[in-house]
Amino acid sequence: MHASAQQAPSESDSLTAPGAVTLSGVSKKFGDFTAVESLNLDVKPGEFLSMLGPSGSGKTTVLRMIAGFENVTSGSIHLSGTDVTAVPPHARQVNTVFQDYALFPHLTIAENVGYGLRVAGVSRAERATQVGVALEQVRLSAVADRLPHQLSGGQRQRIALARALILRPQVLLLDEPLGALDKQLREEMQIELKQIQREVGITFIFVTHDQEEALTLSDRVAVFNNGRVEQVGTAREVYEFPATEFVAKFLGLSNLIPAELSADGAQSSVRPERVRLLTADTAASAGAVSLLGTVSETVYTGPTTRFLVDTESGVRVIAERANDHHPSAESAFARGDRVRVEWTTDHASRIG
Amino acid sequence: MNRRAQLSALLALPMLWLIGIYIFSLVMLLVTAFWVTDPFTSKVKPGFTLRNFEQIIANPAYASTSIRTLGIALAVTVLSILISVPLGIFMAKVASPKLRAILAVAITLPLWAGYLVKILAMRITFTEEGFFNSMLGPLGISGPGFSIVTVVLTLTYLWLPYMAVPVYTAIRQLPPNLFDASSDLGAGAGFTIRTVVLPLIKPAIIAGSIFTFSLSLGDYIAAKFVGGSTQMIGSIIASNINLNPPIAAAFSLVPIAFVVIYLVSIQRTGALERM
Repeated sequence: MHASAQQAPSESDSLTAPGAVTLSGVSKKFGDFTAVESLNLDVKPGEFLSMLGPSGSGKTTVLRMIAGFENVTSGSIHLSGTDVTAVPPHARQVNTVFQDYALFPHLTIAENVGYGLRVAGVSRAERATQVGVALEQVRLSAVADRLPHQLSGGQRQRIALARALILRPQVLLLDEPLGALDKQLREEMQIELKQIQREVGITFIFVTHDQEEALTLSDRVAVFNNGRVEQVGTAREVYEFPATEFVAKFLGLSNLIPAELSADGAQSSVRPERVRLLTADTAASAGAVSLLGTVSETVYTGPTTRFLVDTESGVRVIAERANDHHPSAESAFARGDRVRVEWTTDHASRIG
Repeated sequence: MNRRAQLSALLALPMLWLIGIYIFSLVMLLVTAFWVTDPFTSKVKPGFTLRNFEQIIANPAYASTSIRTLGIALAVTVLSILISVPLGIFMAKVASPKLRAILAVAITLPLWAGYLVKILAMRITFTEEGFFNSMLGPLGISGPGFSIVTVVLTLTYLWLPYMAVPVYTAIRQLPPNLFDASSDLGAGAGFTIRTVVLPLIKPAIIAGSIFTFSLSLGDYIAAKFVGGSTQMIGSIIASNINLNPPIAAAFSLVPIAFVVIYLVSIQRTGALERM
C-alpha cells in the first residue's frame, strides 16, 4: 500500500502528459435529480484509481459516462487528450467489467472472451490463439467450452476481466467487480487484480463502496459524496489527512475534534490509532493535544483493542491500540480507569 | 381416500372438457375420415376405406391447395417476425414510457375487435375502389386487390399480436447490461441484434410462430372475403362439410399433420423446454 502510494505520479506530470481520462466540469442530471455535479478529475496513464463512495454518490454514473453508456448533461470527457464526449460506447477505447459481469448467457466462455475480437473482425484462428492466452492469464483454460451459468461467481468475475482485457483498452473500467463475491474470494481477487494491472500496465478506474478495498488497491482514491468529489489523493493522504468530515467518517473510524480543542483553532480529525493512551498521572507532552478522561468502554477487535474515553472537556475520544503486547498486559486499561489521551498536531487533519 | 376424492373433484370439469369434448371430437374426426359415402345417395355410412385419402392424394387440386396454405402460413409467420423484432426492440429500448404504452395498445388493439370486423376492414382497404388504391393510385401504385397477397397481409394483421407480445416481453426481460456489454466490446446495433438479441429471444419467436403458423393454416374466412379466387385448405373443408364429410375429415388431417411436423422439428432444437 505504501509502496504503491509513493509510485503514484506526482501532480506535475499531469501538466505535461495528457491524462488517460480527463473529466472537465462534468455534470449529469436525471430529471430534477443531479447525480453528478461539475466534476473535474484527471486520471493518469497506468494509474489505479478508485472511485469510492456510498451508493447513490454518483460514482457509478461517472463510470458509465466514461464508458459512454450515459451522456453528460454538461462538461467534457477526454481520453488521452481526445474529446470523446459525443463518441458512442462502441467507438471508445475503454472496456468495462460490469458489476454482475454481464456475460452473454448463450455463448460459451471462449465465445464470450473472444466477442470483442469477433466484432473487430479478427480471424477465427487468431481469435482462438488470443482467447487461449487470455484464459490462461486468468487460469481458466479448463472452462473454455462451458456456459456462464456453469461457472462460480469468482470464475465469472475473472472471465469478465479477460473479456474486457483481451481488447487491450487504454482504460479499464471496473464497476464494483468484487461486490458479489464472499470475503475470502474478494481478498484473493484484490491481489490478483492488482497483479494483473501491474502486468498489463493499463489504467484502471475502479468503483467501490468498500473503503478497505479502495485503500488496498489504489494508487489514488477519489472519495464521492452526493455527486461531488470530496477529496482525491493517495490512499495514505485520504486516510491520514481527510479534507472533509465526510471523508474522515467514511474511511474508517475517526475522532472529530472541535475547533476549541485543536491546536490551530479549526475542526480536525484524528484517527484512533494515532491517539496515545497514557495513565492519568503522566505529564502532558509538549506540542501535543492532551486531555484527561475516563475509559467508558473497551472493545476487543482481534488485532486491536478500542478504548472509548470520555474526556473532561466533554468530547468522547476513541483510542485504538494494537494487541501486540504480551497477553498478560492486556488489562492495562479497563472500564472506569482515569487516563490521559493525547495526539501530536501532525496527526490531526484539519477539516474544511 | 379423502385426498383422492378432493383431487377428483378438482379435476372433474377440466377432464370432462379435455376428454369429453376436445379429444372425443378429434377422435371422431379421425374415425370419420375412414367412413364411406354412398355415391348415389351421398349418405355417410360407418365403415373402413382409404378411398378418401386416395382421392386427396390423387387430385392435384388438393395437393396444390395444401402447399399454397403451407406457403401462406409460413409467409404470415415470417412477416410477423420481421415486424415484431424491430418493433419490440424499439418499444423496449428506445421508446419513451408514454410512447411504449401507446404502441402496446396499438399492437393489442386487433385482439379487441371481432374477427369479421377486422376482415371487413381489410376488405374495405383493399377492394377495387378501396382506401389503398384511392390513396396510392395517383402515384401509379395499385394495390394487390383480392389475392393471395392480401390473404397474407390480412392473416398477419389478425395474428401479429400473438408474435409481437411475446417477442416484446422477451426483449424487455433481457438484462440491460448485455446491451451495454456488447456495445462496450465494440459492437454496433446490428451486430448486437444478430449475436445477442436474436439468439436470446428465439424461444419467444418460436412460441409466437406456433400461433401465427397454426392459426393461419386453419383459416378460410380471410381467403373467402379478401382472397379472390385463392383457396386454402379451410376453404375446401368448408365446402365439403355438408356434401362429403369423410373427405372434409380426411383433408382436415393435413393441417394437423403440418402442425405436428412443425412442433416436432421445433422440439428437436430444444426450444420448447425453455418456453
